[in-house]
Amino acid sequence: MRLTKLFMAGAAALTLFAAQPAVTVNAETLRFAFQGDANSMDPYNLNETFTLGFLGNIYEGLIRRNANLEIEPALAESWEIVEPTRWRFHLRKGVKFHDGTPFTADDVLFSADRVRADGSDLKTRLSADTKVVKVDDYTVDFITPKPNPILIAEWETFYIMSKKWAEKYGAVKPQQATGNEENYATRHANGTGPFKLVSREIDVKTVLEANPDWWGNATKKTNVTRVEFQPISQDATRVAALLSGELDMAYPIPVQDQKRVNANPGTKVIVGPELRTIFLGMDEYRDELLYSNVKGKNPFKDKRVRQAFYQAINIEAIKKKVMRGLSNPSAMMVAPGINGWSDKYKRLPYDPKKAKALLAEAGYPNGFEVGMDCPNDRYVNDEAICQAVVSMLAKVGVKVNLLAQPKAKYFKKVLAPNFDTSFYLIGWTPSSLDALNVLYNLLNCYDPKTGRGKFNLGRYCNPEVDKLTDQILVETDQEKRNALINKAWDLTLGDIATLPLHQQALSWGVRDNVSLKQRADNVFLIREVVIKK
Amino acid sequence: MLSQSRFADSLRRFFDSDIWYSFKSSRVTVAAAIVTAVMILTAIFSPWIAPQNPFDPASLDLMDAFTPPVWYEDGVPKYLLGTDDQGRDMLSALMYGARISIFVGFVAVLVSMLIGVTLGVIAGYVGGAVDALIMRIADIQFTFPAILVALLVDGIMRGILPKEVHDDLVLVVIILALGVSGWPQFARTVRGSTLVEKNKEYVLAARVIGLKRSTIMLSHVLPNVLGPVLVIGTINLAIAILGEATLSFLGVGVPPTEPSLGTLIRIGNDFLFSGEWWIVIFPGLTLALLVLSVNLLGDWLRDALNPKLR
Repeated sequence: MRLTKLFMAGAAALTLFAAQPAVTVNAETLRFAFQGDANSMDPYNLNETFTLGFLGNIYEGLIRRNANLEIEPALAESWEIVEPTRWRFHLRKGVKFHDGTPFTADDVLFSADRVRADGSDLKTRLSADTKVVKVDDYTVDFITPKPNPILIAEWETFYIMSKKWAEKYGAVKPQQATGNEENYATRHANGTGPFKLVSREIDVKTVLEANPDWWGNATKKTNVTRVEFQPISQDATRVAALLSGELDMAYPIPVQDQKRVNANPGTKVIVGPELRTIFLGMDEYRDELLYSNVKGKNPFKDKRVRQAFYQAINIEAIKKKVMRGLSNPSAMMVAPGINGWSDKYKRLPYDPKKAKALLAEAGYPNGFEVGMDCPNDRYVNDEAICQAVVSMLAKVGVKVNLLAQPKAKYFKKVLAPNFDTSFYLIGWTPSSLDALNVLYNLLNCYDPKTGRGKFNLGRYCNPEVDKLTDQILVETDQEKRNALINKAWDLTLGDIATLPLHQQALSWGVRDNVSLKQRADNVFLIREVVIKK
Repeated sequence: MLSQSRFADSLRRFFDSDIWYSFKSSRVTVAAAIVTAVMILTAIFSPWIAPQNPFDPASLDLMDAFTPPVWYEDGVPKYLLGTDDQGRDMLSALMYGARISIFVGFVAVLVSMLIGVTLGVIAGYVGGAVDALIMRIADIQFTFPAILVALLVDGIMRGILPKEVHDDLVLVVIILALGVSGWPQFARTVRGSTLVEKNKEYVLAARVIGLKRSTIMLSHVLPNVLGPVLVIGTINLAIAILGEATLSFLGVGVPPTEPSLGTLIRIGNDFLFSGEWWIVIFPGLTLALLVLSVNLLGDWLRDALNPKLR
C-alpha cells in the first residue's frame, strides 16, 4: 500500500518534471476543423485545394506563396532563366526531410517523374515533354520545349518527396484518386516542411508536430508546436465545437451561423472574397447521356439546351437565400483578382420563359429527365445550391434527379477517367492565379496522355480554344497574351461551355486569441498562425 | 336487416365491454387516441388537404425560403408554420413527412410481426433443436440495439443493390431493415404463449384425431396466441417510427427530396444556431407527439388485455 503511494507520488513528480520544459518553450496547440478530411497524405493523389493546402504544412515545393499569394523561394533558394527554354534552380542546402535524409537534386528529379507518372492527379504541374536535368547535387535545370513564362506559377503545390523514402517503402508510384489502391504515402508523410505528421486516423483526427529542424525556423512567425486537425462534416457540430472552445479555428462557418459566432464572446468570423468559381457542367461528349430518359441522343450537345439551363437559374435568389448575400454572381469561369478576368462579360439574364422556349425549340417542349451529381461537404452550401437548381429547372419542365454525396465519393465518381456524370456542380481555383490554368484544365479537349482538360468533366471540346491556349502558353508579351485570353473567353462563353454560378465568400471562424492570415484561395497556412496567451 | 341488427348487437357488446370502460375512464388514453387518429388521418389524406406538394420541386420558390411562421411580422398566411431553406411550406412538409414515417412504421411492424409470429409458433410447437436454433438467433439479435441491426441491414442492401435500383427501392430497404430488427420480441412472446397452449386439451384432441402439425399450428394455436402480439405491435410501431427517423437523421434513410420527419429534423438541424427554429422544432414536436401517443395507446392496451391487472 505504502509502496504504491510512493510510486504514485514519484510518477506524479516525474510527469510534472517532464511537463516543465514544454511549458517554458511556450507550447501552443492549434486545434482546427474543416468540413472534410484531406483525401490522402500522398501529395499527388488529388488536385484539390484543401488536400494540397493541408499537405503544404508537411511538404514543400521549390517555391511557395506567401499570405498575399506572392511567390517566394522555398526549397529552391533562387532561380534564373538561363535561356527562354531553360530554367535553372539553385536548391537550398542543408535541408533535411523529416526522416533525416538530406534533400538533394535527386529528390527533385524523382518528384518530377512521380508527379507525371500514371495515377498522378497533378500531371499538369509539369508537362510531359519538359526535361529535368541534374547539374550538380544542388542545381537542377528544367528544359521546356517552348518558352513557358508561367512555368513555376503552380509549383507551390508541386511538393518534393524524398526519393530514398519512397523507394524504401514502395511508394514510388502515386496513389490514384479514382481507384481503391493505397500505398505507403497514403497514410504516411515525409516532407521538409514546418510540421511533421505524427498520427493519422482517416476521417477522425490528424496530428502534426512542429519540425525542430525546419530550415525556416530562424525566421518563422508561428508559435504553434502541435496541430490537431479533425474533419467535422456537420455544420452545426463544427460551429458548436468552435463556440464551446473545443476548437481554435474552424472553416467554413456556414453563412447562416456567422451572426451567432460573432455574437459569442471569444470567437469571430473572418470573411473575404474567394478566388474559387462555382459552376455547373454538363456531359457534352457522350452520344447518349448516362443518366437521362432521352435515349439515342445527348440534349447537352445542343447549345440551346445549355442556354436554357443557364437562363432558368435565378442566381440572385441563390445569392440572397442560399448564400445570404455572401456570394458574387459570376459571368466568367474566373474571379476578379485572377489574371484574365474582365468586366466586359455579363451574365445572361434570368428568364424562365426564354428557357422554356429554347427547350421547345431544341425539341424538348416537355423537358426531360437528367441525373445530377453534387458534393455535400465541399463548397459553401453546395447541396442547398443543387437543390435550388433542381427546383428552378423543374419550373421549366426539366426533372433533375439529385445525387448529393460526401466529396470523397463524389470525386471518385465524376473525375477522370470515369466522368461518370451527366450534370454536376464543382468549383475551381486556378492555383497559378492565371486564366491559362482554367482554359487548360477546364475548357480544353480532354487528352488522357498529357492530362490536358483533365477537369473538363463534361468534355466540352472546341479545337479553336485549344489552339488559343497553346498560343497563350508561349506568349510572353502581357498585352498580347491577355488579348488571346479574351478571345478564348469569347469562344467558350459564346458556346456556353459551362454554367458559371458565383464566387463564394471565405468564412473562417477563429478564437480571438488566434491571429492568422486568410489567403484568398482558402488555403490555411499554419506557419502564419500565432496563438496569444 | 338481420346483419344490421347483428352489427348493432356487436357494437352494443363492445360498448358494454371492460375494454371500452377502461378506455373511457383514462383521459390520457382518450387524448392519445385522438392525437393518433388525427395524425394518421392527416397523413393518409395529405395529398388532398396539404396546401402545397413539398415533393414537387417545381412548386417551391427559393425566394420564399426562411419565411417565419405566420404570427411573426415577416410571416405570410400562405405559409402557416413558415418555410424551410428551399422555400418548402413547413405544414405541408410535416403532413407528407408524417405520411412516410407512419407508412414505414406500419409496414415495418407488419414485417416484424410476420417473421416473429411464424418463427415463434414454430419454435414453441416443434421444440427441440428447431426451438433452440430460432431462440438462440433471437437472443443474439437481442444483444445488439435494434438500430444497429437496422443500420447493418441497410448497409448490406446498399452494398448489394446497384445505386439506381437502390434509389427506387429506398423505402423497401428501410422497411426491411426495420422489420428485420424487430422480430425477436414477437418470436419470444409468441413462443411462450405457444408452449402454454400446446399442452391444453383442445390441442391434444386435435392431435389425437390426426390433424397435420401445420394445420394445428395455423388454425388452432395461432388464434389463441395473438392477444399479446397486438400489444407488442402497437409499442413496436412507436419504436419503428423512431427507428426510421433515426436512420433518416443519420442520412441513410429517406432522401431529402422526399423528406420524412427524420429527414426534416436533419435538415433543420443546420439552422438551429441561426435563429430559424421552426425548421427543426415543428418536425421534432410532431415526431415526439406521434411516438408518445402511440406509446400511451400501447401501454393502455397492455394493461387492458392483461387479466391479472383487471
